[in-house]
Amino acid sequence: MSSASPQPVRFGVVVFPGSNCDADAHHAISTFPGATVDYLWHKDTDLKGVQAVVLPGGFSYGDYLRCGAIARFSPIMQAVKDFAADGGLVMGICNGFQTLTEAGLLPGALIRNTGLKFVCRYVNLRVENAETPFTRACDEGDVLRIVVKHNEGNYTVDPETLAAMKANGQVVLRYCDADGVPGDAANPNGAVEHIAGICNETRNVFGMMPHPENSVEAALAGGADGRRLFQSIIDTLTVAEVAS
Amino acid sequence: MKVRVTITPKQGILDPQGVTVERALPALGFQGVTDVRIGKHIELRYDPPGGVSAEQARTDVDDMCRRLLANPIIEDYTFELDEG
Repeated sequence: MSSASPQPVRFGVVVFPGSNCDADAHHAISTFPGATVDYLWHKDTDLKGVQAVVLPGGFSYGDYLRCGAIARFSPIMQAVKDFAADGGLVMGICNGFQTLTEAGLLPGALIRNTGLKFVCRYVNLRVENAETPFTRACDEGDVLRIVVKHNEGNYTVDPETLAAMKANGQVVLRYCDADGVPGDAANPNGAVEHIAGICNETRNVFGMMPHPENSVEAALAGGADGRRLFQSIIDTLTVAEVAS
Repeated sequence: MKVRVTITPKQGILDPQGVTVERALPALGFQGVTDVRIGKHIELRYDPPGGVSAEQARTDVDDMCRRLLANPIIEDYTFELDEG
């Protein structure tokens, strides 16, 4: 009946020139007994056998031209695209989210915050879809308290694509108040329909502007709500491994 | 040849910078300012080895705009080519 405990899930955190949340993401993942984590250099051309890829926050290539516009040409991104096409789990946080939209792995784009200010504060996020590999440790309607820190977090997408995304459950997280009600007052950047996080059609590529890697330790400011997103990935891949 | 690319936020896409500048100009006494859109101007030289026809250059620059210089999801672009 008993089986050996599952192998830890192997994460990779991509490091672009100008990434600055790579070490935070690495640390956050390392706090999970069920995971191991390695850095992947932007010049690498393979993912070294990792099972989940995190594109971290920061200012890759100085945010030159547009946020994430240059990072998508890094050699590692071809490997990330192939990995995603094979169903591999890819999570983009902040600048990582911007890079995934620029690379065409996620729909829409992130533009300047409506307030024209860099926003750095805690936000509440309503889990709109708990049936993704990134949110399965949550329930729909759960409210997560996580920090945002960005200047271009204003998600935009054409109305037809947005309608298709909603029909397909691709809107994963929305900015909301403490009671879980989305609205302008809770929206830090003007994102369309208060969208904070989305996934692709096949739900294996996920991007969010807030930083779950900064909310993984209950003893520290900010609480530990971010754990649930990483835990979701670990659960997804652990179950997949046991099942196979 | 010389290439000048103009990139502006797509119609229908909110331009927070444009909106803010539009509100600021009346404060200086300029009435009647509308439709402020703030974009980018990119200049470059395009002289591929072996030369290039104007038609091919237009195709190539369009490709550059679509694939890197602009993000067609949120931006419109126009460009001019100048021989010499």
